[in-house]
Amino acid sequence: MSDEIIRLENVEKTFSLGEVEVKALRGVNLEIRQGSYVAIMGPSGSGKSTMLNILGCLDSPSRGQYFLGGEDVSQMSDDALSAVRGKRLGFVFQSYNLIDQLSVLENIHVPLFYQGKNLDACYEECEALARLVGLGDRLDHRPTQLSGGQQQRVAIARSLVNDPLLILADEPTGNLDSKTGQEILELFEKLNASGKTIVLVTHGDEVAQRAHRVLHMLDGVIDRENFNHEKALYEAKAAS
Amino acid sequence: MMFTVLRTVRLGVKSLLLHKLRSVLTMLGIIFGVCSVVSMLAIGEGASFEAQQAIKKLGSNNILLRSVKPADDNKVSSGTRSFATEYGLTYQDAGRLQLTIPGVKRVLPMRVIRDNLRFAQNSVAGQIIGTHPLYAEIAGLDIVRGRFLTETDETHMDNVCAITAGLSAQLFPFQDPLAEEVKVGSDYYRVVGVVRERSTEQKRPGAASPAEGNALDSNIYIPLSTARSRFGETLIRRSAGSFEAERVQLHQITVQLSDPDRVETAVPQIESTLQHFHTKRDYEMIVPLQLLRQAEETKRMFNIVLGSIAAISLLVGGIGIMNIMLATVTERTREIGIRRALGARKQDIVLQFLVETLVLSVGGGLIGLCLGIIVPLLVQALTHMPTVITVWSLVLAFTISAAVGVLFGMYPASRAANLRPIEALRHI
Repeated sequence: MSDEIIRLENVEKTFSLGEVEVKALRGVNLEIRQGSYVAIMGPSGSGKSTMLNILGCLDSPSRGQYFLGGEDVSQMSDDALSAVRGKRLGFVFQSYNLIDQLSVLENIHVPLFYQGKNLDACYEECEALARLVGLGDRLDHRPTQLSGGQQQRVAIARSLVNDPLLILADEPTGNLDSKTGQEILELFEKLNASGKTIVLVTHGDEVAQRAHRVLHMLDGVIDRENFNHEKALYEAKAAS
Repeated sequence: MMFTVLRTVRLGVKSLLLHKLRSVLTMLGIIFGVCSVVSMLAIGEGASFEAQQAIKKLGSNNILLRSVKPADDNKVSSGTRSFATEYGLTYQDAGRLQLTIPGVKRVLPMRVIRDNLRFAQNSVAGQIIGTHPLYAEIAGLDIVRGRFLTETDETHMDNVCAITAGLSAQLFPFQDPLAEEVKVGSDYYRVVGVVRERSTEQKRPGAASPAEGNALDSNIYIPLSTARSRFGETLIRRSAGSFEAERVQLHQITVQLSDPDRVETAVPQIESTLQHFHTKRDYEMIVPLQLLRQAEETKRMFNIVLGSIAAISLLVGGIGIMNIMLATVTERTREIGIRRALGARKQDIVLQFLVETLVLSVGGGLIGLCLGIIVPLLVQALTHMPTVITVWSLVLAFTISAAVGVLFGMYPASRAANLRPIEALRHI
């Protein structure tokens, strides 16, 4: 199973709010293979944000195991998780989450900064990514000088800079108008076609329909899943 | 490692430059703190430097004995016992000290008589100092012209004198003093030399050595034997209808020891030698070495007081920095979340904020050092008060400012690092 990127085994997550314990995830099992394009849907409170946080190594499961690229990350230390995030994951957020005081190029460079690489050393790499997302002429702009769609493109370029195993997108089109949203989704498709694995969380059906596989969450478990793509269906069958 | 730090410093400077006004205002506390540490210590050091120089001039291996009129003796004796009050050190004392105290190099007796010094129409109130030829060396007199007194003058009881440069200017404005004679009372003294006190070159009023009193610039020096034969031992001072007579053999004895280590042991020895022959306490002992120690002690106290006042201002500056950094952490919570999500470890965040605090405090410290060097120079230029900037005060102030940066940066930085990434990301 060398192309398996994510495997969740009976993952549970419990939050304690004072005396009450809330089970956000109640035993999730999931496999995601290299090159997949997966959407996670579900109403508020269904546990999809928790799921994304755990997939993104921003939070650890209370019980169960999470293998990322074959490595058990469920009980890792904070520093080790930081390293995993920095080297193996790319994040795209709803509100872009760029750092305002840095230029486009510097924002793209941030994940490499924490791997000890100087901007001068990987300037061409970062510039190429900016060009890939169509911002080759705005390298020195600040995020505040860019439109929402452009900012999200910078965020996507940033998520690619460390050549991650997996790109996690949290409502990437949530703050964008539909036309810009379409452009971003096209960008994701292009990336997926070039072999990137993408997991995105969304509310919108039309966004989810463009993914190959859609996971519907309800009350902390994966309620059902749809396959919009033959390849995904085939892979799922092969796996089971 | 060096590389990481360098990058983080660049990042920190960049963040600080985004809020220039805020950064400068934050630095002000440290700037003033460091500036006040350096300048206060410089001024304090300068003040005590002066006193120490004055004491050092007396010689650290000397002990001065001076005749003083016993306080209680004054009223009782004036009518009842004798016409003249008799007190003070004697020639015998000088001889005894020379013989009994181990380690004595020289014993230098001296008489001081106040009178008018005259030449032609000029008259100046001054002091006639009867002393030994070695006095010039021990008291630090520079010979400007001619010579000082010699042994021959002493043995011949010659009417010769050396005069101070100040007196020379007053008595002989148009003449060459070396060819002239100064008249004191009814005697004439031939001027053989003009001398100058080393300290008068520095123009420091009020810092005159206690041995010469304040008529520093109007002294004539004559051989001790001459003084004894011309003036006798009874001095009569007339004032407004009454007169007062004193019989004093010697006004001062300078005991010079072969080296400063001997001073401690010599003090009680001199004391006990003199006690046998003086029923009244009619002399005082001045030990420059002890004065020097006292001055150093005073200076130390002074430094501690000034230093702690300045340290408090540094502390306040540090609290100011911490306050701003805490606000900055809150303001940049989201940035911290983003950085954490993108792979920053806790220690990276700590380093980032610590470096910003350090840039503020060290930057403020450097500016403060510059001001701290300028302020004492200004004070010196405006008030003619001497100031001494010592290297250790610069090092101290700078070290404290850097330490303040680390100390007060630690808390905001660790608070930033311990934010949970998910919550930090959710922060608006």
